[in-house]
Amino acid sequence: MVNTGDTAWLLMSSALVMLMTPGLALFYGGMVRRKNLLSTMMMSFACLGLVALLWVLYGYSLSFGTDHSGIIGGFNFLGLTGVGQEPSSVYATTVPHLAFMIFQAMFAIITVALFTGSIVERVKFSALLVFSALWLTLVYVPVAHWVWGSGGWLAKLGVLDFAGGAVVHINAGVSALALVLLLGKRRGFPQDSMEPNNIPLVVLGAGLLWFGWFGFNAGSALTSGGLASSAFVATNTAAAAAAFTWMVVSWIHRRPTILGTVTGAVVGLVAITPAAGFVPPLAGIPIGAVAAVISYYGMVFLKLKLGFDDSLDVFACHGLGGIWGALATGIFATLATNSAGADGLMAGGGMQVLKQLLGVIVVGAFAFCLTWTLGKLVDKTIGLRVGQSEETVGLDLSQHGERAYGGLLR
Amino acid sequence: MKKIEAIIREERLNAVKKALEEKSYFGMTVSEVSGRGKQKGIPLQWRVGEYRVDLLPKIKIELVVLDEDVDLAIEAIIRNARTGETGDGKIFVLPVEHVVRVRTGDRNENAI
Repeated sequence: MVNTGDTAWLLMSSALVMLMTPGLALFYGGMVRRKNLLSTMMMSFACLGLVALLWVLYGYSLSFGTDHSGIIGGFNFLGLTGVGQEPSSVYATTVPHLAFMIFQAMFAIITVALFTGSIVERVKFSALLVFSALWLTLVYVPVAHWVWGSGGWLAKLGVLDFAGGAVVHINAGVSALALVLLLGKRRGFPQDSMEPNNIPLVVLGAGLLWFGWFGFNAGSALTSGGLASSAFVATNTAAAAAAFTWMVVSWIHRRPTILGTVTGAVVGLVAITPAAGFVPPLAGIPIGAVAAVISYYGMVFLKLKLGFDDSLDVFACHGLGGIWGALATGIFATLATNSAGADGLMAGGGMQVLKQLLGVIVVGAFAFCLTWTLGKLVDKTIGLRVGQSEETVGLDLSQHGERAYGGLLR
Repeated sequence: MKKIEAIIREERLNAVKKALEEKSYFGMTVSEVSGRGKQKGIPLQWRVGEYRVDLLPKIKIELVVLDEDVDLAIEAIIRNARTGETGDGKIFVLPVEHVVRVRTGDRNENAI
């Protein structure tokens, strides 16, 4: 039976999650140099075109179609066959199947957009599109099935992932790491200063991400009642705790930057994602605060100590934040919050942390190996990186024939 | 005739402009420029760590005056642009061959 309240909330949530991808474009775009602003935004926005098509054609079917050995979904929903106005018998049984399908589409879109942040300012656009299609098909789709698909093997083992800590954030974060290893650092990194071209854009983008994340997490309740409200409050609390913590840590080191504060908010949102509907709302405070500290010092280690050019810190934000969030789900979850979840460590259930750890290792290792292999393949055939002069002149001009700001003199 | 090019701090522009105006040096061209001198640069913060920006925003004032007015104009600029810290800027004085007023075609002293 279709419930109108649930349907209204899930459709609204789908729209909220959709807005996160342009939000991400602003968030990422503001942080790069002026000559790469449009290309960076395009890497996110192009996913709204590419991934949404692949999703309705076959992505949804292979993720959520009839299970085959826990590994992959079937072809039964190919081209949305059998996905209609009536609810699915398995997923979100109180809303039209189409609403559940489009909600899931938005997750696939932003996950692909997320990893692009690690390789901005040097990746060839055509190669990125081909890689993204391959990655969606061979990395996102199987992982989504394992964790969220009916019969998926990680789901059957009891790995909890409320809104995509593993499927979205660990997946994208670890893949970002592999891509940086393949592409290498930007020309001039780290000796040249790579000054963000427009921090206000970053702030606006972070605001849209925070806003959209209510759809991401509270929408993942798939109903519009108490569980959605609980996830909503947990989400906001974690974002607040992480933003505040990052501000303080940055202040201890020198000054409280807004770039750091909004980064903290995003990291807190990442960490609460797998936990949002399994933990009591106030668990958002330790989850968010610890996420900010881990991510901050992860960045210090990766970028400053190792000189690793994960340009927009995708691994430190989404990889580390996602891993912490997955483990924190195993620590703070209670059956009182969600009877479909589990009791975590704090509620006396030590096993859940181990299950979460298994999920982290499996998804992380799979994403890394597949991304490396697919990236290598694309590099050998198309070439992942632009030429030296294209990189120097900037990707806006060399890849897209546009520039962000016009003017009489420039 | 001499051209005075004064590179000064952004925040001193209004005071310098006013002082020059009081001495009847009204015409000038002002631009936003970037540059460096002994001040070398300032550290800015990324999410973690810092990066150095060594070309800092400054203001360049250009005005052309009669030879005998050069010292007066320079004095007005220095008095209002100086803070005593590194980064106060620099003044260059260059000879000017001709000045032409576009509207009338007036030349030199009549065109300043």
